[in-house]
Amino acid sequence: MPFSPIILWTDTLIYLFVITIFFWVWYVRRNEHLLMPWKRVGHSASGMSALTVLLFFLVVGLLDTVHFRPALEHKNNKGETIYSVEVLSLLDLILTPLRTNIEKTYSAPLATHLYAKETIELPDGEKVRAFARLEFGGAHLRDPEKEHFSDILERIFKGLAYGFLAWFGIAFFLIVFLSRRHQQNFAQSISAIWRRTGEIPWYAILITLLILLLLIGCSAMLATHYHVLGTDKVGQDVLYQSLKSIRIALVIGTLTTLIMLPFALLLGIMAGYFQGWVDDVIQYIYTTLNSIPSVLLIAAAVLMMQVYIETHAELFETVASRADLRLLFLCMILGVTSWTSLCRLLRGEALKLREMEYIQAAHAFGVSHWRIISRHILPNVMHIVLIATVMDFSGLVLAEAVLSYVGVGVDPSMISFGTMINAARLEMAREPMVWWALLAAFGFMFTLVLSANLFADAVQNALDPRTRTLKLSSRFFQRHGKSEVPPNKTPDVMTATGFPHSK
Amino acid sequence: MKAVLEIENLATVLHTGSLPVRAVDGLSLNILQGETFALLGESGCGKSMTALSIMRLLPDVGEIVTGQIKIHGVDLLQLPEAAMRKVRGKQISMIFQEPMLSLNPVLTIAEQIGEVLRQHLSLPPAYQQARIQELLEQVGIPDAQRRMHEYPFQFSGGMKQRAMIAMALAGEPELLIADEPTTALDVTIQAQVLDLMRQIQQRTRMSILLITHDLGVVAEMAQRVAVMYAGEIVELAPRADFFQQPAHPYSQQLFASLPGKHKRDQALTVMNGNVPSLSQQFSGCRFADRCNQVMAICRDRVPPWHRFSDDHRVRCHLYQPGTTHAIPAVIAIGEQKVQSEASRTDETLLNVADLSVHFPIRKGLFKRVVGHIKAVDGVSLRIASGKTLALVGESGCGKTTIGKSILQLIQPTAGSVRFKGQELVGLKRSQLKPIRSQFQIIFQDPYSSLNPRMRIKEILQEGMSALKVGAVSGSSNDEYSNVNSREREIDSLLQRVGLPAELKWRYPHEFSGGQRQRIAIARALAVNPKLLICDEPTSALDVSVQAQILNLLKTLQNDLGLAFLFITHNIAVVEYLADEVAVMYLGRIVERGQIDEVMRNPRHPYTQALLSSVPQISADASRQFVPLKGDLPSPATPPVGCHFHPRCEKAMAVCRERYPSASSFSATHSAHCYLYSSEQIS
Repeated sequence: MPFSPIILWTDTLIYLFVITIFFWVWYVRRNEHLLMPWKRVGHSASGMSALTVLLFFLVVGLLDTVHFRPALEHKNNKGETIYSVEVLSLLDLILTPLRTNIEKTYSAPLATHLYAKETIELPDGEKVRAFARLEFGGAHLRDPEKEHFSDILERIFKGLAYGFLAWFGIAFFLIVFLSRRHQQNFAQSISAIWRRTGEIPWYAILITLLILLLLIGCSAMLATHYHVLGTDKVGQDVLYQSLKSIRIALVIGTLTTLIMLPFALLLGIMAGYFQGWVDDVIQYIYTTLNSIPSVLLIAAAVLMMQVYIETHAELFETVASRADLRLLFLCMILGVTSWTSLCRLLRGEALKLREMEYIQAAHAFGVSHWRIISRHILPNVMHIVLIATVMDFSGLVLAEAVLSYVGVGVDPSMISFGTMINAARLEMAREPMVWWALLAAFGFMFTLVLSANLFADAVQNALDPRTRTLKLSSRFFQRHGKSEVPPNKTPDVMTATGFPHSK
Repeated sequence: MKAVLEIENLATVLHTGSLPVRAVDGLSLNILQGETFALLGESGCGKSMTALSIMRLLPDVGEIVTGQIKIHGVDLLQLPEAAMRKVRGKQISMIFQEPMLSLNPVLTIAEQIGEVLRQHLSLPPAYQQARIQELLEQVGIPDAQRRMHEYPFQFSGGMKQRAMIAMALAGEPELLIADEPTTALDVTIQAQVLDLMRQIQQRTRMSILLITHDLGVVAEMAQRVAVMYAGEIVELAPRADFFQQPAHPYSQQLFASLPGKHKRDQALTVMNGNVPSLSQQFSGCRFADRCNQVMAICRDRVPPWHRFSDDHRVRCHLYQPGTTHAIPAVIAIGEQKVQSEASRTDETLLNVADLSVHFPIRKGLFKRVVGHIKAVDGVSLRIASGKTLALVGESGCGKTTIGKSILQLIQPTAGSVRFKGQELVGLKRSQLKPIRSQFQIIFQDPYSSLNPRMRIKEILQEGMSALKVGAVSGSSNDEYSNVNSREREIDSLLQRVGLPAELKWRYPHEFSGGQRQRIAIARALAVNPKLLICDEPTSALDVSVQAQILNLLKTLQNDLGLAFLFITHNIAVVEYLADEVAVMYLGRIVERGQIDEVMRNPRHPYTQALLSSVPQISADASRQFVPLKGDLPSPATPPVGCHFHPRCEKAMAVCRERYPSASSFSATHSAHCYLYSSEQIS
């Protein structure tokens, strides 16, 4: 076999998570009343655009989850294949040029020379202080001064063209698929998308997809011969680092949330619902937990775990599995310490809900406590949970950065947004400043968190049976906006009223 | 007489949702100086939007598209916003429905009134304080000098509304817009506030635009009445004409749907459906779909105004020369007799004895109990099966607590609740479960009594599955047929409360208030109870919808032999529905008896005051108004002796010492008062 598959701990959890989601989707699709609200999610333009971007991140994250050890070329003396100790992922394989093209040290995005001067020995033995040529970035250019700009432009145009072609292909298949489904001809489908008459905002999705594909096309064309986002201190490509960080961010965001949610939900609702001594005990627990500075608590827990890992080195076959276990423990520790704020929110909400008349009515029917909690209270606090977890998502990624700064974050061999930001701390203080690493980490994180927020917003709106699908804001996006105002309206009176009639 | 306010063809549009809602559509009226003009209509008819349009305080989505609003000939709609600020509070001021929400809780009353004075009258600071005190004294706040520096939470509901009125009067306005000023208040407080508004009007000669849905309030207050329906005025009449001979079918049907004593044995006339959605285009009369005298022409042509006299106008096709209708004296439909003499036995269903519910007041670090709120303090009740007992009283007197403690939703402190001879107090949750299905509750607010995240089917099913009603116990083979019979059960329940069975797949927010109340009733009926505790089931509903619900309850009682404990503050509903009445004051029952005994011949001074405070439609000369002083005292520190003595006009020395024991007038009628007590004489 040319490779030996490796399943790390976090990989297992991610696979489980994906399988659960598949089963759940299958279940929802079979139940019309559960499906209806999710169909409404599909009607939100911002939500679907955000989902398109999120899917890109998810695909990158999932590619990075499939781990294996490649076989080495030589065999051992028994004739068995020897596998490398280096654990790679599918993403690494795709990004091989980025992974292997390592420069000496810092170089700016798309540069052909290093960012700092160094002493170069000329062929005639003379030594000069100059910006050295990069080993890989722009190495194909004979005269970088003249060709550099035109080469980049050419590649950008090529990249745009490929991106556009790819988009065109996807759009074509989409339209064919839609025409089949709605039994229209091709032109009708196009006009339906163009006029935005359909329920699903394909228009917005296609625009997002086009932007995404153009960006990917450009980066792909440039990345083969340049470092699109520059290189870091040891010459690693920043674009590669950013893409690798996505998985860590997703793992920390989702796993921590999954670990935190049961605590927060169960304890928060129980405290608010049962009151009395249950409430007292739970409150004492979370106030105590809250009163310890969280960084210290986490640092202590991580250090203990670190000692364990270091004294049991024989447990881990590879560096990657050690780093992975450390990441898993980090998620757990973060989860166990970060449920308090959501728990407090839920306690307050449950306190309010338990007095609602429908819950009194349920008591009058002798419905059991557990059923009241699961059928009446839980669905009515879900919106808080959804908002809080998505907000926490970005907070957790940042917490990871803070912990890496203290030195108790992910394993140093792992690349994460946290370690990137942490490294950028020193780079920002350099003269001239190295700005690209921080910018890259910031840009990727911003996109990820923003799209997660927008999508969660759309989900929350759709899942609440009280919200109407047509909201006030939708009027801004209607092309044939205000033709409905009564015919007897006289514009001069309207302006004279002094009301903001643009509203 | 000079007109203060003239509104010409006002149209206000709300841009919510996909279609604009024409909340006010071509409204014209004028209000003369010193008169009270009542705008009457159900909720959703555009009354409040009219008021907000006049003040130009519409929400952001609102827009006045056409019309003129003239105050002393100046069109308010042409004024810039800066000039408008001089109009608000100075020429026109407004009081709102919820006094609790319209005062800022972090400012004292004096500061809030001072704000108005500073804006409109440049008074020297020393005089300003005096003026605030004068205003508060004017609205009857005792000890105004001290109380003006208190915060709103230190005021009771009625006092807050008085403070609101004082604030509205601070700028000496020519027009006062009162948007449902007494809807959130108790009848006794309502009587005080209405009386106050009348006095102030006589003194200052200002005009009042009174917005209300209560025909009684209109009869007490207004000189002229405009009936509003679906965004437009359908009838305009002087009060006397309006109450003697309402011309528009809508007005007539409003009167007919009022409950009352004389309608006891018949179903109330019901207006079908609801106020139509105002986002549609109307091609004919807006009332056509609910009208009981509808003709073909009503659906095609918009009815023009018809004048009976200068003052009395109506917008209806009935009075057009071409049509052959006269004004029908009595509306003849919907008066099918409800058989009230169903099989009713005298078997005691529920017996409550000396029930007390005390809530501890805790203070300090260790939550020491420093006192008790005696929400219910020794109440005894008895309900026979198939009968209705009405529990009447002001808000805060413990009515709802009684209802909940009978259901054991609140643990009683003392006393016994016996249902069919079985003691309920002290039973564990699991022990209670088998008898839970026998008694159920219907709540006041139809919006919070249904879980918004559950479909109607699930809501109805919940009680059935929790109490295993209708389930065949035993083998799981029956599961399928069981589910099937549940489905049929739910369908028939919905039909029983007058809703189509297809609605079971919907969520509660898709229903109107009346429909939700029907669903709540269906939910209670799902477990076949014998006793229904109705906690103000109609007080959040419009008159026409209230009639539908009352009819439904009455039919259910006759068909299923249900007993009701009807908790309410609405005397008209009591007269219509109840067999027996218990009047409650501060956690105790002060008078009880058969409905006729108590209503015709109230003995306790509190009952007398309560009954006289109810606004009456028919001007009755013999009726004498017994005003009540002050507010309900706190149940944490009830007055020593008879609880009612601080507010009682006939209080005697003995009343301040001991609580009176019961004095009987007949086998069923008794009251706790020293006026009738033999002890007092001895």
